[in-house]
Amino acid sequence: MADAQTKALAGKAAVLEGMPDHPAVKALLAWKAEGLADARFDRGELTLTVDKDDIVPALRALQAGGYDFFEDMTAVDWYPSVPRFQLSYHILSHGYRDRIRLRAMVDEADPAVESITSIWQGANYFEREVFDLFGIRFARHPNLRRILLPDDWKGHPLRKDYPVEGYR
Amino acid sequence: MPDIVGTPILEAPVAEGAKDQHMVLNMGPQHPSTHGVLRLVLEIDGEIVVRLYPEIGYLHTGIEKTCEAKFYQQVIPLTDRIDYLGPMANNLCYCLAVEKLLELEIPERAVWIRVLLTELTRLNSHLIWLGTHAMDIGALTVFLYTFREREEILRMFEMVSGQRMMTSYFRIGGLAMEPPLGLLERIQAFIKTFPEKIDEYSNLLTGNPIFFRRLKGVGHLSKEDAISLGVTGPVARASGIDFDNRRDAPYSSYEKFQFNVPVSTDCDVWARYLLRLEEMRQSVRIIQQALDGMPGGPVKANAPKIVLPDREAMKTQMESLIHHFKIVTEGFAVPAGEVFQCIESGHGTMGYYVVSDGTAKPWRVHMRYPGFATLQALEVMCKGRLLADVVAVIGSIDIVLGEIDR
Repeated sequence: MADAQTKALAGKAAVLEGMPDHPAVKALLAWKAEGLADARFDRGELTLTVDKDDIVPALRALQAGGYDFFEDMTAVDWYPSVPRFQLSYHILSHGYRDRIRLRAMVDEADPAVESITSIWQGANYFEREVFDLFGIRFARHPNLRRILLPDDWKGHPLRKDYPVEGYR
Repeated sequence: MPDIVGTPILEAPVAEGAKDQHMVLNMGPQHPSTHGVLRLVLEIDGEIVVRLYPEIGYLHTGIEKTCEAKFYQQVIPLTDRIDYLGPMANNLCYCLAVEKLLELEIPERAVWIRVLLTELTRLNSHLIWLGTHAMDIGALTVFLYTFREREEILRMFEMVSGQRMMTSYFRIGGLAMEPPLGLLERIQAFIKTFPEKIDEYSNLLTGNPIFFRRLKGVGHLSKEDAISLGVTGPVARASGIDFDNRRDAPYSSYEKFQFNVPVSTDCDVWARYLLRLEEMRQSVRIIQQALDGMPGGPVKANAPKIVLPDREAMKTQMESLIHHFKIVTEGFAVPAGEVFQCIESGHGTMGYYVVSDGTAKPWRVHMRYPGFATLQALEVMCKGRLLADVVAVIGSIDIVLGEIDR
């Protein structure tokens, strides 16, 4: 899939022009043409950015478009940039043998998005991990508790303002 | 946004209306058949599992946070300690991810030796799985046989890296050093007899009626559930998902090797057992091809600003000395960007998500390990079955808590 394209493409316009037949791009455009906020093709990996409120419908559209397997999700803290957090979902298509990344930015003030466990149950632990280590909440998650750290732990260690050696 | 739903663990599991008959049982974290420090809270009705709740995090050491404070090359020894039964696979996945960020070309010989050693790692991982899985079921003998072969693999790891378990042998840009003389011959000798050893394990277990009846039909996981729960690797392939990263998303020149990907649609513990035995045979095939076609040449990329110079060059050439000093004291800058590199480890899809901000330290390293997702399937596989089957199912998903807790 991605082999045909080796050149890096930056920006939504370039991706739409350079790889209009890519099934993930097509699936998202069929869902909502203006839903795709940004896109990038870099080092053989396609990154699609959507608004944080659109994560669930966008993933449903991708699932319907053949991207059937949830592989990974995590967050990146871009402190002190605004918006602070980036959520990255990695979705695999068994049929196309291709991986894509769906990205959404989340503000620090109210870091909450919709849980995707209604699409893939397997996201359960991954969202709990992000909640535990970054403090981003997931609405309608079946059991949003700390997973790796003890329940009474203070703070979220993977945030950049949390010291590497911990609070002493 | 609605409020967050959460249940405190110790009050939870007893189902409504069943408080009198049901009992909550705590299994682990110190329990030999939980393979480390997995704790399960089970709600049981007699001997039938009603609910099961895995409690993890006992081995959490914050490796992802530690990585952010290290130079790129200093992260490699940390990766060994995650899936401690497959050290080379961890190293490989991390190195491939950073090499993808750097867009660095690796010499062919280094790539082939990486394939050779990762397949030995897979054998190592599968041998531990087989020994401990059989031991959980009650077949103690097999453990001694598999550890005999594992010992030989560990000695070969010691030959190449000086370490038996925490190898750290792969480097960004190739290998740490040329493997010692005699290694390839030793692997050849090992591979020549190994298929007979697999037959030996198979003779001990496959025809054993106790083993068969403990495994057959236990731990059913349908294909739909496996996809929904994010299950990968041998467990997914035993549920009919025909996907192997080595074949379907080739990395590290796996497209040049001939091998079969065993798939089963039986969805039970027995299918996973047979499938992993076949995977070992296929690994032997790959190792044989790697030995036969081993190319010559250097084992480090020609990138003096990234790869440490040879000791000799460092002591005789000014420029090499400067590069050495710079890499050790300041690291090397990696162009900004993000990559997600997946490989097929012994347990399934292992992925490293590395984000760079253009400096010498990674901005974020996230590890996607197969066990973390597979553990979620445990309840589906055990619900409504006997308590004793839980042990068989844990054995069949080949759990390593180091990779789950990180």
